[in-house]
Amino acid sequence: MTESEVAGARERHEELDKGALLDAYRTMRTIRDFEERLHTEFATGEIPGFVHLYAGEEAIAAGFMAHLDGDDYVASTHRGHGHSIAKGCDVKGMMFEIYGKDAGICRGKGGSMHIADLDKGMLGANGIVGGGPPLVCGVGLSAKVRGTDQVAVSFTGDGGANQGTVFESMNLASAWDLPVIFVIENNGYAEATAQAFSSKGIDIAKRADGFSMPGVVVDGHDFFAVHEAAGEAIRRARQGGGPSLIECKVNRYYGHFEGDAQTYRGENEVENVRKEKDCLMLFRQRVTSAGLLDEAELDKIDEEVKNLIDEAVREAKEAPEPSPENLTTDVYVSY
Amino acid sequence: MSRKSYMQAINEALAQEMERDPTVVVFGEDNVGGTGSPGEIDAWGGVMGVTKGLYGKFPNQILDTPISESAFIGAAAGAACSGLRPVAELMFVDFMGVCFDQIFNQAAKFRYMFGGKARTPMVIRTMYGAGIRAASQHSQALYPIFTHIPGLKVVIPSNPYDAKGLLIASIRDDDPVIFFENKVLYAIEGEVPDEPYTIPLGEAEIVREGEDVTIVAIGRMVSMAEQAAASLADDGIEVEIVDPRTLSPLDEDTIYESVENTGRLVVVDEAYPRCSMASDISALVAQNCFEHLKAAPKMVTAPHTPPPFSGSLEDLYVPDPEKVANAVRETVGQGVAS
Repeated sequence: MTESEVAGARERHEELDKGALLDAYRTMRTIRDFEERLHTEFATGEIPGFVHLYAGEEAIAAGFMAHLDGDDYVASTHRGHGHSIAKGCDVKGMMFEIYGKDAGICRGKGGSMHIADLDKGMLGANGIVGGGPPLVCGVGLSAKVRGTDQVAVSFTGDGGANQGTVFESMNLASAWDLPVIFVIENNGYAEATAQAFSSKGIDIAKRADGFSMPGVVVDGHDFFAVHEAAGEAIRRARQGGGPSLIECKVNRYYGHFEGDAQTYRGENEVENVRKEKDCLMLFRQRVTSAGLLDEAELDKIDEEVKNLIDEAVREAKEAPEPSPENLTTDVYVSY
Repeated sequence: MSRKSYMQAINEALAQEMERDPTVVVFGEDNVGGTGSPGEIDAWGGVMGVTKGLYGKFPNQILDTPISESAFIGAAAGAACSGLRPVAELMFVDFMGVCFDQIFNQAAKFRYMFGGKARTPMVIRTMYGAGIRAASQHSQALYPIFTHIPGLKVVIPSNPYDAKGLLIASIRDDDPVIFFENKVLYAIEGEVPDEPYTIPLGEAEIVREGEDVTIVAIGRMVSMAEQAAASLADDGIEVEIVDPRTLSPLDEDTIYESVENTGRLVVVDEAYPRCSMASDISALVAQNCFEHLKAAPKMVTAPHTPPPFSGSLEDLYVPDPEKVANAVRETVGQGVAS
């Protein structure tokens, strides 16, 4: 089995046949293990810089990316590992990058907050909150001008949802009728500030109305709900029906960044979500109880993913650092 | 070859590149002008009329935008990463304040942050400069800020011939280019070939040869230097004028060669004096040509104030031929005798 087969969904799965379900599970499991392992490794002090984990939100990345082809594009957030894995970025290359190594997906020059692979249609995690939505408008324009059926999806948090770039981009996408989907991952906190305060706790999807586009709220823990809403919006965009806004209500399992003591969170908040709403648990219950997949098939994926992540971390720790001459390369194309 | 205005040269460059390459797409506020309106389409062709007539020839390659610079400048970056060669118009460079993140944190950094995988072939055309009583928020010369940022190229043509050749080169370039158009120069005319041609980015031009003093002049300031040079020649002072044409990359070698020959430097820059091209070029020359210098480098710039509205103040604000000539005379009168 090749590494890319191990890592997760790579094909477009509009219908949830068995292969699609296995891919979706593998994607979510890969993200979860990647993030849980980073959480542990970060605590050892070996991982430099800022790391923002996506654990808890996996169903969103998996649900959207199941509808995307390799030449569709996504723009991400600080919390970009999940989108990258689900979009098909090389998992080991990502791990090397987060360790700052030369074999990293960005040659060690981007790190966790700028993890990207344009060859996979991944326009980057983004260190600027609200940085991504204008970029996907450009991809949408490109698809329109070149006459392709490509779509572009921007992921933004509930914090980013209040940036002017997001409003401007929704309006531009609407004015230009772009094949763009704006996804708001509302995990309840903009860093440490509650969405209940920063957006008055409203359904952010309501803002779609102001930009003349459909807006829906879905449960971001439920892969099937996300997959269905994403499918509808992406199909509409591919067919020339213009942009959509989808708000996924979800929870993050860790802090804003690693090292965040999270004293702003409620008592047992995360524990309760893990017990009641964990996306991997819900998925497993649903597919096994419906007889679509059996436990052994899912366990096998768990094992394969565990081995992949173990290998990725081991290799990343041993991998060579970037060489000094790389400091000044790749600033310009021409010199 | 025929006489064309700076504005016509830019329009022709855009038209010829849109014709050559259907992925060259032009957009900005009122670049068509009239989209969705009950009256005429292509009513404006840009606020100054630079893009007038392009819609008629290329209706699928030019778009009006909402007044949302962050969104459409960022869209240019996203489009450039996904198969287009966008030419976005930031109407006045003063408006960089509402969209700078998309320029300096996004477009400029993709290639480096993504380990060399990104190409971002986009051009931002933008208008700069004082002289039309447009006041503090529509008159600045902010090119030093862009020149400061690694990953951006900065182009600033001083005449119609260069405007066409540099714009075509900028559109064909694979890096993000900020293309500065001086609003006062739009009407000036010069000989411009009808066919497409390019001027390489990073090659300065010696506009006038002379032995006594090197003047490095930027954009519209080249014409101020030329006027000063004519009056100085009457007094027996021969200046050499270097027009860098692009500020990033900067053709340092041509500047150094000239200063090695003349031993004296005056930099004429319409921007604010601190952290400007004038201070940067003076510093570079001081570091690299010290042993050839006969006098300290001199800077002729705007004062460290916002551009004023009143004509009587604005005319004092912009460097003029007299100020340039005075600076040259001062430098000739200073320092070690040659």
